[in-house]
Amino acid sequence: MRWHRLAAIARKEVIQILRDRRSLFIVVIMPVVLMFLFGYGVSLDLKRIPVCVYDREGSQQSRNLLHRFQGSDYFAVVKAVDNYPELVRAIDTGRCYVGIIIPHDFSQRLATGGPAHVQAVVDATDDNTANLVLGYTEAVVRGFGQEVQLDWLQRKGFAGSGPPLSVESRTWYNENLESQAFIVPGVVAIVMAVIGTFLTSLTIAREWERGTMEQLISTPVTPLEVMAGKLLPYFAIGMFDTALCTSVAIAWFRVPFRGQAVTLFASSALFLVVVLSLGFFFSVVGKSQLAANQASLVTTFLPAFLLSGFLFAIEQMPVPIQIFTRIVPARYYVSLLKDVFLKGSTLGQLRPELFALAVFALALATLATRIFQKRLG
Amino acid sequence: MTPGERSVLAEDLVKRFGDFTAVDRINLETRAGEIFGFLGPNGAGKSTTIRMLCGLLRPTAGRAYVAGFDVAREPERVREHIGYMLQKFSLYNDLTVEENLRFFGGLYNVAGDILRERMGWTLGMAGLEGRERSMTATLSGGWKQRLALGCAVLHRPPILFLDEPTSGVDPLSRRKFWELIQQMAHDGVTVFVTTHYMEEAEYCNRLALIYRGRIVALGTPTELKQRAMTGELLSLEAEPLGAALEAVETAPGVLEAAVFGNALHLVVADAAAARASLPGRLAARGITLARLEPIRPTLEDVFVSLTTGRDANGLEAS
Repeated sequence: MRWHRLAAIARKEVIQILRDRRSLFIVVIMPVVLMFLFGYGVSLDLKRIPVCVYDREGSQQSRNLLHRFQGSDYFAVVKAVDNYPELVRAIDTGRCYVGIIIPHDFSQRLATGGPAHVQAVVDATDDNTANLVLGYTEAVVRGFGQEVQLDWLQRKGFAGSGPPLSVESRTWYNENLESQAFIVPGVVAIVMAVIGTFLTSLTIAREWERGTMEQLISTPVTPLEVMAGKLLPYFAIGMFDTALCTSVAIAWFRVPFRGQAVTLFASSALFLVVVLSLGFFFSVVGKSQLAANQASLVTTFLPAFLLSGFLFAIEQMPVPIQIFTRIVPARYYVSLLKDVFLKGSTLGQLRPELFALAVFALALATLATRIFQKRLG
Repeated sequence: MTPGERSVLAEDLVKRFGDFTAVDRINLETRAGEIFGFLGPNGAGKSTTIRMLCGLLRPTAGRAYVAGFDVAREPERVREHIGYMLQKFSLYNDLTVEENLRFFGGLYNVAGDILRERMGWTLGMAGLEGRERSMTATLSGGWKQRLALGCAVLHRPPILFLDEPTSGVDPLSRRKFWELIQQMAHDGVTVFVTTHYMEEAEYCNRLALIYRGRIVALGTPTELKQRAMTGELLSLEAEPLGAALEAVETAPGVLEAAVFGNALHLVVADAAAARASLPGRLAARGITLARLEPIRPTLEDVFVSLTTGRDANGLEAS
């Protein structure tokens, strides 16, 4: 390993990156765009579900219940109808996701001790969402029911007593149960995986396609010098993008950052070596920019998206797939990022994940260097 | 490397790609300060041979030494002692002239005053003074070629491999290029050059004619012209030329006949006898003879003579 050769390659690569608008776009704009795309696009929260109401009574009590729906963040009453077919149409046409029907004897039944029935009609095309909506609906109605019950008890003279049994729940790490806080740290990982492999997947293939590789390998430069010289600038870019994405996560998406910067950058550095080496590997094997690009997309982006725990909890996957996720490097990085952001875990606490990433980094960097032979045939 | 020392040595060098034998048992050696030409048509195995000698392709069989190092076992040592210039322009088009030179300076560990001096030399040689900051992509063919040469010799290698260095370059630039090559050889550099331009072969001290992966003749241009021709050479101008070719091909004593521009070149066993008998044969067929005279063979004649004989005898002749 000679520094003058490594430096020559690194310097040349930097000049080429700075001169190529496309790569500058990928370096600076793409991470931010992806952050916003995934940060907003991939949300598991349901907010302002459109509700259609059919109040058959129109009493003080029925309006109180509807106000509870209106007041909740989860619902938005967008339509009030006075007959059933119109409610059906609102759901059929997709204008409303749920229809609430209050019976004509609602307040009367409440006054006499019930039970009063409120009907909810839900569009269950997407069963997951339907379940969530039903849960929210029941919660609103149950809350209202309890209030009515307390009111009734108080009037009967049982002053001050609340419900006899209740769960005092505390949600840790993500106190507001915001799915964005859960998703955005993972988005940082996805962005790094895409940018990292994407950038380097081009670097060797480009030299083959332009015919500059033959000249390059006719010099005394060693494969290790070529790889290190080429990856060094991209490593710097990767670290810059880590900082960029983290800033967007904290400043824009308001994700709490409870850990230390050193933990974040140590994990990111290891993950970068993994994805950069992987991109380099595909570039060497693919020999064309297109092939290298596609291979890197399929092997990094898809597993990072589906199998890293970014969206879907690994614990809920079938066992064979759970085992398979152990060879998905993004899995460890996603878990590291979530812990650093939300739990504020320290380097020491994250030792197993860091170790796994280090193993991947070492193995892939070695593989990439080995496979890059200074031969034409 | 001292003058006269053996700089390149190939022994029974073979390269096969699957069933195809691109280079078939090639033997050659060059000495320091020599311009060694590798002449042959496209696909004859010239580039494959040069790539093996530069350590870029592993030989299937045989051995080759460059600057004393085995190309298969010590390619890295070989690369320290060679400059290599490809047929296709292979510098970075998105780098400036100066950036390209600095890049190769870094790779060859040429720095500081020496780099400055050699960059100056290259810019002067290539006529690129004042264009240091031009993007390489914007240069014309001749400039690019001389810049590529400058990068290939930045570390002053004792052996220079040039693969079709003048393809796609205008005639004036080509002549200037050969002057540079001759100067380098004069300074003791071994220049190993491939070309398919016959007139360029005349610049070489020694030549190997390569055809279908085999060396069919090897010697100085003069030697080749004398030795390789099996008969004497006549030039014939007649009207119509096609009919004349048909007429002489079947004439007794004519070994070969081929079209060269607006004339026919005939290889004959006995020039005097042919000059006596051919005019009558042509006249009998109504062909007007304009000229029939002996000429000195060019390398192209030698090449045609050697390769047509080979095709006629199949691939067995050697």
